[in-house]
Amino acid sequence: MTIAFILAGTLSVIATLFAITRLNAVHALLYLIGALLALAVTFYTLGATFASALEVMVYAGAIVVLLLFVVMILNLGGHTAPAERALLSPRIWVGPAILVVLVAVELGFLLAGGIPAGTQSSYVGPHAVSMQVFGPYLLAVEAVSFLLLAGVIGAFHLGRKHFETRAGSESPEPAAAPREKEGVS
Amino acid sequence: MSVPPVYGIVLAAVLFVIGLAGVLIRRNLVFTVISVEIMLNAGGLAFITGGSRWAAADGQAMFLFILAVAATEAAIGLALILQLHRRQGTVDGDSARKMKG
Amino acid sequence: MQQLLWLIPLFPVAGFVVLTLIGRRSPIGLIATIGTGTVGLSAVVALVTGFTFAGMPAGAGQAMTDSLGSWVSVPGLSSMFTLRLDPLSDLMVLVITVVAFFIHLYSTAYIRGHGDYHRYFSYLNLFVGSMLILVLADNFLLLFIGWEGVGLCSYLLIGFWYEDSANGRAAIKAFLVTRIADVAMLIGLFLILVTFGTLDIQTVMAKASTTFKVGAPVIAAIAVLLLIGAIGKSAQIPFQIWLPDAMAGPTPVSALIHAATMVTAGVYLIARTHVLYVLAPGVQMAVAIIGLATLLLGGLSALVQHDIKRILAYSTVSQIGYMFLGLGVGAWSASMFHFLTHAFFKALLFLAAGVLIHSLNNEQDIFRMGGMRKAEPAIFWVFLIGAAALTGIPLVTSGFYSKEAILQAAWDFPHVGHLLWIGAAIGVFLTGYYIFRGFFHVFLGEQHTQVSHKPSRIFYPSLFFLAIGAVLIGFLKTPEDLGNISVVSNFLNPVLPPESTVQPAIGTEVVLQTIASLLALAGVGVAYLVYKRSLKTATAARAAVATHGADYELTGIQNFLFHGLGFDWIATNLFVRPFWWFAGVLKRDWVGGIYDAVGWLSVKFNRLLSLTQSGLIRWYLFGIGVGVLAMLGLVVLI
Repeated sequence: MTIAFILAGTLSVIATLFAITRLNAVHALLYLIGALLALAVTFYTLGATFASALEVMVYAGAIVVLLLFVVMILNLGGHTAPAERALLSPRIWVGPAILVVLVAVELGFLLAGGIPAGTQSSYVGPHAVSMQVFGPYLLAVEAVSFLLLAGVIGAFHLGRKHFETRAGSESPEPAAAPREKEGVS
Repeated sequence: MSVPPVYGIVLAAVLFVIGLAGVLIRRNLVFTVISVEIMLNAGGLAFITGGSRWAAADGQAMFLFILAVAATEAAIGLALILQLHRRQGTVDGDSARKMKG
Repeated sequence: MQQLLWLIPLFPVAGFVVLTLIGRRSPIGLIATIGTGTVGLSAVVALVTGFTFAGMPAGAGQAMTDSLGSWVSVPGLSSMFTLRLDPLSDLMVLVITVVAFFIHLYSTAYIRGHGDYHRYFSYLNLFVGSMLILVLADNFLLLFIGWEGVGLCSYLLIGFWYEDSANGRAAIKAFLVTRIADVAMLIGLFLILVTFGTLDIQTVMAKASTTFKVGAPVIAAIAVLLLIGAIGKSAQIPFQIWLPDAMAGPTPVSALIHAATMVTAGVYLIARTHVLYVLAPGVQMAVAIIGLATLLLGGLSALVQHDIKRILAYSTVSQIGYMFLGLGVGAWSASMFHFLTHAFFKALLFLAAGVLIHSLNNEQDIFRMGGMRKAEPAIFWVFLIGAAALTGIPLVTSGFYSKEAILQAAWDFPHVGHLLWIGAAIGVFLTGYYIFRGFFHVFLGEQHTQVSHKPSRIFYPSLFFLAIGAVLIGFLKTPEDLGNISVVSNFLNPVLPPESTVQPAIGTEVVLQTIASLLALAGVGVAYLVYKRSLKTATAARAAVATHGADYELTGIQNFLFHGLGFDWIATNLFVRPFWWFAGVLKRDWVGGIYDAVGWLSVKFNRLLSLTQSGLIRWYLFGIGVGVLAMLGLVVLI
């Protein structure tokens, strides 16, 4: 099991790295799917079978697909790749890289500070999960349902084409071509 | 089933950091959303690991909620991206800075 | 009669109060009557008391005092309102009131139509009142009141025509320069109080001669401080810079304040406190040297002036230098005698000049006058008398006798007397030159400016009275070889120490007098020759001067003399400029700046912080990342 975990973990890390460094959005999403699937495997090796199933179904299957839909709508594909390359100049990722390294170092310190010993990883099945969810966490579930409702309404509203202002309805002009990317200092 | 929990935590940390890097580096907002998803996943992994260690279902319950939140956030974020694209003609996050100063 | 003493200063002060209150709406005749009348009444009372006083048996301590009650009475200082009339103050009072009366009379016509009538007379009355308080005071505090009062009136009257800011500046200059000297005098008064425990003049003088030996440092210090006060008021080196500029005031003011009376207050002060100076021979020597230096400076500066009032101003500076010289060599009554004659002929010269200025429509440049002999013959004669008296034309003028008294005393002074005499004699030559240079340019030759209106008849009585005095007063004190009249000396004897008892040989006296007289006449003669030569040469330049401006070219030396031998320049650059710089520094309000800095800092900080709002999403995310870093860091470190 440990070996499986390590393999899947390594895979997910590599896939993630690829995902964020691709120029083509579709490629990135595909790598993301790969990463998520690998993560599902790690969940399984940790005994969280329900979570691994959910990961595949909802995350990789719904959310990433949603992202894919939007990428298709926006037509971010191969022809925008050169533009993306221009955005990834070293000037841009040096600062964040330093920050990220520092955060990683700190996390390392925290982890090195001591993790409760224990080598056990137990299997926790769906039954136990549902007992928890509909038991102590019931209110949280209801709150999450509110959240989903808000998300639906928000997404619906924000995605509209026509906006009405006081002067009359105003619809944003459809973009004819991507405008010049403004240089970021 | 004897995966040391520490492995899980370490993996979660690594994924989180990678996701953070992605968020800060990429200008294309779609990639930002992707990176945020990665980060959320990392957090979920940490929860799962904890639940696995203590043999409690709370970890997976938390993962469920994280999933719901991630879905909502992705939906709204993508709606915003579409709106931005409609107005600015680009999904470059740096193009939206009228709130400067 | 003693009880009438307080009337003498009271009348003018009352006149000041009345004119201040009701003057603005009063008719001119009323103002003139009140203004001149009060001084006239004072003069009458002064004459009456003077006669009574003369009738009293002579002897040391002969005096009338009139005490009006206690003024300050605290432990350590008790001061009374006491007026004291003794020979010295009697002389001063008579001169002040009589000369002031005639000048007031003259002013009634002079100021008419030239300014605020009531304001002029109220200030002038206040001045006369303050001056009388000054000379009649029996304690230093009251004297200081009068001292400051005359300084104030001098300021008010120099700046009488305040619409022209240059007059205001001249007034401020006069006030500030004398103020600096007054501070020294005040410190001297403090020192007197501390040393003697009282400010009563007679007590102080008595105690000083009994308690201290000659050369005592305390006495020397007091004497020096009082001396500084005196030279400030009397415009001696280095404080003489204010007097030439004070000519910005109306001419009668110049006559009264800056010739006859106020500027002699310093002489009076030193004469009054002569006991201290006798006890401090070094300081007395300093008095003489200051006097000598000033008389030469005044004479040299007057050589190249072309404003007639400035010539007379420098002449005043020079003549008071003679008085100081006399005080310095111990010729106390000779100095007071010179004060007496000077009051007459200098006031006469100023009033005559005033008539010229008035009738020539405010022309004051001697090169633009000329030919006044034909145009105003009366003025020609009175000016001639005044100029002759100033020069000291032998035998017939008062100035001759008073200057001779001083010169003789200077010669007799041990060790340096001969040098002092030589300096003073040079001064006589310079005097003759500068005053007659002015005289010739104004009265002879052709007329460059026309008389715009004939002088009022009111001017003449004052002029005549002063002219007669300028001639006759001289005979009150003549040297040994010329009649040996010593009315003045005898009069002042009870108060002032007698002059040197060394009686020089008659022969020496005659020789010295002859030399001095020749020098005086030589000055006149040289002035005439130079005048004649200037007529021949550069007549075109003169014509240009007459039409364009009075600043004809001066050579380097002449320029130096013209500007008062550089004293103004020193004062400006050494004191005034640094002070202005410092005031400019302070003007930037450093204390308020500290409070402003708080606001400025806040704005700067705001600008700084608003830089963090770049509007970029990535930037904000970066900020969140930094926050995460910080929080994790806290956890890690703590």
